Amino acid sequence: MLVMEIYAFILLSLLAIATSIGTVLNRSAVNSALFMVLHLLTLAGLYLLLRAQFLAIIQVIVYAGAIMVLFLFVIMLLNVEEEENIIKNTRFGFIGAFMVGALLLGQVVYSLLGLAGFLPELSGQAEAIGTVEAIGDVMFTDYLLPLQVTAILLTSAVVGAMMIAEFTHADGTPQDVIEHAPEDRVEEGGA
Amino acid sequence: MMSYIVLGVSVALLVSSAAIAVYAERRIAGAIQNRYGPNRVGPLGLFQPVADVIKLILKEDVTPSAGYRFLHTIAPIIPVATAIMTVAVIPFGDGLYVSDMNASVLYLLAIASLGVYGITIAGWASNSKYSLLGGLRASAQMISYELPLGMAVASCLLFAGSLNILDVAASQETWWNIIRNPLGGIIFIISAFAESKRTPFDLVEAEQELVGGFHTEYSSMKFGMFFLAEYMHVVINSMLITTFFFGSYHLPFAGAWLPELSEPLKMALDVSVFLAKTSFFVFFFIWVRWTIGRFTFKQVMDLGWSKLLPLSIINFVVIASVLYFLHNGLS
Amino acid sequence: MISIEWFIALSAVLFTIGAIGVMVRRNAIVLFMCIELMLNAVNISLVAFSSYHGNIEGHMLVLFALSVAAAEAVVGLALIIALFRNTLSVDIRNLTLMRF
Repeated sequence: MLVMEIYAFILLSLLAIATSIGTVLNRSAVNSALFMVLHLLTLAGLYLLLRAQFLAIIQVIVYAGAIMVLFLFVIMLLNVEEEENIIKNTRFGFIGAFMVGALLLGQVVYSLLGLAGFLPELSGQAEAIGTVEAIGDVMFTDYLLPLQVTAILLTSAVVGAMMIAEFTHADGTPQDVIEHAPEDRVEEGGA
Repeated sequence: MMSYIVLGVSVALLVSSAAIAVYAERRIAGAIQNRYGPNRVGPLGLFQPVADVIKLILKEDVTPSAGYRFLHTIAPIIPVATAIMTVAVIPFGDGLYVSDMNASVLYLLAIASLGVYGITIAGWASNSKYSLLGGLRASAQMISYELPLGMAVASCLLFAGSLNILDVAASQETWWNIIRNPLGGIIFIISAFAESKRTPFDLVEAEQELVGGFHTEYSSMKFGMFFLAEYMHVVINSMLITTFFFGSYHLPFAGAWLPELSEPLKMALDVSVFLAKTSFFVFFFIWVRWTIGRFTFKQVMDLGWSKLLPLSIINFVVIASVLYFLHNGLS
Repeated sequence: MISIEWFIALSAVLFTIGAIGVMVRRNAIVLFMCIELMLNAVNISLVAFSSYHGNIEGHMLVLFALSVAAAEAVVGLALIIALFRNTLSVDIRNLTLMRF
């Protein structure tokens, strides 16, 4: 059982890293979004390894099932395909980004090494806290106020999204696509 | 051991039931439109599905040259896979289930929310305007109707007091949920129709507007997979309607009059009751398809967001408060 | 048992990949996805800490982070649609109107 868990962890984490790299480096936005879906599914698997069943399922429903479908919908609606070849055209920026990224990773790993040995072992309670009952217990007692605030946040987000996407001018005419792109617009495919 | 047997039987049943549903659809359509259905292949045309499958396999498999080959190939697999994954938690009888999961209702909703990818990817990968429009419609429609579906299921869970679908089935022994919660049942059935993309919600593949919708560019067995998935989803949704609202494997008011039966007898009764109800709802799906016309897309969105969703939320709140006062008194 | 360091290391790697994505990509929608990558990387470490301590607070935080992410995605995508209507592209290099 223990060996199985380690294998599952290695497999899932490699998949998660590979799919996140796929998301970042893929030229087509649709492929990026599909890699992102796979990434979110592997994360749900990792949550299961951490005994967080409820979060794993919610991750699939909310992220993979709703948010990413929305992303795909917008990408297809706007039909934006094949952005510039990111590696070829932005070589300098690309190297700079990688250096900053390496620095960031180095910093996190350094601070992590300082903590080695102090971190706890998997608690026996982990089985009990990941279930729906346990989360529901806390959510509707200790976290009632944050829950209500989240509800207000979501409602205002929906209303705000409607306002932005259905914007009309003061005289009531709908906002329309402008005839010509601004002159200083960067051409597709290169700087 | 039992669960493996149930798994094998139920998956085999699901796949073959899709073939039976195709035959039934064409015969019932014939009966409704006052004509013969398929009646040439075998007695009463019973071997028509076999002939269809042979025809599909022998056809040439075409990928649009401007499409995306890989995505075009994996897209048909996704709806079939999600349909089969659903079987894992459906109880076919008392103790007849594949897996006893703590949060199986949430699992069902999660699987249902993944099914939309197959159609969206198919619409995208074909690189055709009809397909893309079909895919866009599908994703908008399925996201919209997941919400009333979820709320209707939640109103059922209030009676069971558990997220486990086995408890939902068991809680309906005397009173079916459709009697205790009729509005939720109607909302669930409408949303299930929209989720399986059947008439009156079949805008995704409206022939007059979009040729074939998302599967315009599909041929051979890839098209066959979509066809199979559509009927598997009809069967699955019938099973879910039965499980959540029509008493699952219980006879009407069975808790009040049904005597204790021996184990094998009870099992046989449960399974046959469940399958009879499921067949009725498959028939219902077909009946509606050949009777009612198609909505326009605006009507579909309007029905989902501004009618079914508020209604389902009000229904949930009312049921929750009534149950609360029944348990705690009016003080 | 898998030691908690592995989960945190994974979280750090994923966060870095997301951060690099935000720096190199120009497509506003993909940029958005990279931000979601970073958010999810942090969620892993939160769930890991929560499970290893046997304390539910981390789970709740992730749950609220999920709903905030949903709200953020809705508003952000609406903004991207408005942007596309105005410039006919989702390339963030075109967003120079407010630049100092």
